[in-house]
Amino acid sequence: MGVAIELKQQKKGVIHLAIRDEMTIYSVQEQKLQLSAYLKTAKEAQIDLGGVTEIDSAGVQLLMFLKREAVSQNIKLSLTQHSQAVVEVLELLNLSKHFGDPIVISADWKSS
Amino acid sequence: MNELDAALTIFAQEAEELLTDMENALLALETMPDDNETINSLFRAMHTIKGSSGLFGFNSIVSFTHEAESVLDKVRNGERAIDAELISVLLESKDHTSKLVEHCLTHNDEPLPDELTIASERLIKQLTGRQVTGMQPSDVDDANLQSEGGGEISVDDNWLISLDFQQDAFRNGMDPLSFIRYLKTLGEIKQILTVAPEMPAGEAMDPESCYLHFRIAFQSDASKQTIEAVFEFAADDCDIKILPPNAKIDEYLKLLDAQDESYVNRLGDMLVQVGALTQRDVARALQSQVEAAETEASGKPLGEILVEQQVVQQPLVEQALKKQAQTKQKLAAEANYIRVDATKLGQLINLVGELVISSAAMNLIVERHGMSDAGDVAASMNALVSSIRDTALELRMVQIGETFSRFRRVVRDVSKELNKDIELYISGGDTELDKTVVEKINDPLTHLIRNALDHGIESPEQRIAAGKPAQGSVQLNAFHQSGHIVIQIADDGAGLNSEKIVAKAIAGGLIKANHGLSQPEIHDLIFAAGLSTKEQATNLSGRGVGMDVVRKNIEALRGTVSIDSVEGQGTTISIELPLTLAIIDGFMVATDQERYIIPLSMVDECIEMDPSECDIDEVQHYINLRGQVLPYLRLGDYFHNRRNHTSKKRESIVVVRSGQDKAGFVVDELHGEHQTVIKPLGKVFEQLKGISGATVLGDGNVALILDVQGLIQAAIKDKGRAMPRPSSQRLQ
Repeated sequence: MGVAIELKQQKKGVIHLAIRDEMTIYSVQEQKLQLSAYLKTAKEAQIDLGGVTEIDSAGVQLLMFLKREAVSQNIKLSLTQHSQAVVEVLELLNLSKHFGDPIVISADWKSS
Repeated sequence: MNELDAALTIFAQEAEELLTDMENALLALETMPDDNETINSLFRAMHTIKGSSGLFGFNSIVSFTHEAESVLDKVRNGERAIDAELISVLLESKDHTSKLVEHCLTHNDEPLPDELTIASERLIKQLTGRQVTGMQPSDVDDANLQSEGGGEISVDDNWLISLDFQQDAFRNGMDPLSFIRYLKTLGEIKQILTVAPEMPAGEAMDPESCYLHFRIAFQSDASKQTIEAVFEFAADDCDIKILPPNAKIDEYLKLLDAQDESYVNRLGDMLVQVGALTQRDVARALQSQVEAAETEASGKPLGEILVEQQVVQQPLVEQALKKQAQTKQKLAAEANYIRVDATKLGQLINLVGELVISSAAMNLIVERHGMSDAGDVAASMNALVSSIRDTALELRMVQIGETFSRFRRVVRDVSKELNKDIELYISGGDTELDKTVVEKINDPLTHLIRNALDHGIESPEQRIAAGKPAQGSVQLNAFHQSGHIVIQIADDGAGLNSEKIVAKAIAGGLIKANHGLSQPEIHDLIFAAGLSTKEQATNLSGRGVGMDVVRKNIEALRGTVSIDSVEGQGTTISIELPLTLAIIDGFMVATDQERYIIPLSMVDECIEMDPSECDIDEVQHYINLRGQVLPYLRLGDYFHNRRNHTSKKRESIVVVRSGQDKAGFVVDELHGEHQTVIKPLGKVFEQLKGISGATVLGDGNVALILDVQGLIQAAIKDKGRAMPRPSSQRLQ
């Protein structure tokens, strides 16, 4: 599986991460460990979801978990670059508002 | 009897039955004040009496019952609470109605006597007087009702689906998303709420465990069943609740209303039928009902559980319950009872008796002439005849429960009068016995119960001082025992004081000072006529007045009464009665060419009278039967005064039992089972000992039916004597 989480940038407590893998029951264990570890060091975190090709309930649950952890630790967490798979699920479950992040929909993804 | 008289008789009977029902219902309400069915039956009783009184123009009854009916209607609609006070007034009203009915039936031409008018007015005042203060808010909290259906996302025409997945759901291969995606194919998800209230924080959170809960407002025309089927695979890993849209309630209500009324359905089944519930909902509710019953003393009604589990709305449950009650009521009204003249029934039973005899005659002929092909026909006819016999006899059998429950009132009234706290417990009310016996046992029973209440049970203070609970108990029990019915009246009162009884008996000249009586024999003395005068009864701690009459009445029914008392702990009186069947299964034996019938139910076993096997004491008249002393009686000796036994003859012993007593009857031949029609013996033979009746055999001969109990006593007495009694005393 290699590097599921890519550390894109880290400075002054601001951390940029990218998830480059599916977020499913098969990967959440590892992803949770890594993401939790990163969160501990940050004041502000940005997670790039552009590389999430597939997401299931366990993945959604992990995102919900991260959001809650961040809130409780006073970390500003934002999700960016939602992939098509992520957007579809967040809409289905009416969770977009829950995360409160602007979802940028690229012009061509619906047709793809 | 002209038509009007016939109608009046029916009115009188119906009114009496309704009033009895009403009394039972009122007494039942004392313990279960919220039972709607009982309250309904109260209302119906008053309503029906009012209606039929109107037909005959009995205005005094109509105007009185109208008031009672209105009050009961209020109770029924929940506008007025029923309490002990109202129950008392209603009981009085019931008695009063009974008096009014009697007056109208006997002296309808005369105006109502003053005392009845005054009583009517007083009761009406009591019934209606508290109307204003007794009102209860009738509008049940509407807001509450609606919120039960709603939750956070109540939308009227949406299904409300709540999915609480269990932690193992992911590990078991469930992906809640897939179910929700599938759900979308059935309709439109109007709103969905995804929450994870139980998700732990930090390290404790296991990302492979599922903490997700969903609340979905779903718009669809699909049935509950179809929607539930979406989650079928998740059922084990998810707590699913599907609440039908409020808009559907009307539809369900209509369906409920249109349900078949020909039989009473269970609540769950009714709601499943209209589609408001699925079998799974019901199974789950039943399951939690069972679990609740294990931990709590009182189980919740199913409807309440269903609403709590949020699988159905309150109004639906209410409607279903209402429908259920209506159906029950309708069925009860349609119950197929038909009044039959008792004499016609008697005639039928006599005829069946004759039929039994002629069928026996036919068997005899078939056997005698060896007609093997007729044998099959005879055998099947025999089977039919015996089932006709059983059915005919059952017609006269009634349950004793109704007689028993009348005593609730007696106990209630007497204990109030005496300032005692007494509870009546009834068991074995479904025991059946002949109607004539039921009628005749009523008086002795009343007497015995009154005695138990008055003399048996102590005052609450005395009871507490004696270390007993303040509330005394009287138990009425009935059961079958070897072809008899046993009725027991047991109290936990003071018991009989032997010393006082003995003192009274000596003073009354019944026994001598050196009596040497055993404890049971002393207790038995209270049945003696000499001990039953009034002033003695007041001195006697135990029972007194009229016990000799009680015994006489019971013996007139060919029954026996026995008493068992422990001083300080209570008294149990057991009445043993024959079922007085006109036809019995008998066991035929013969000795000296005479045939006798022993009631089959009293026969224990038959053994060969073989001196080498059993230890026979010819002088003391007993044998050693497998280590037990069994007194025996040679029927030939007893009835024929036969003295010189030709001991070469093969003899058999029929071991019979009556209650605890056992004895053996020595006979020459065993003929086996025989359907026996009891023909009572005439007055002339009333004094004959050892015989309870006679029967006509198939060949026209007469066989005597043995009075087993009497003969057992004779055998036991015989055992104690070395010399047989002179015969003149035996056949008195």
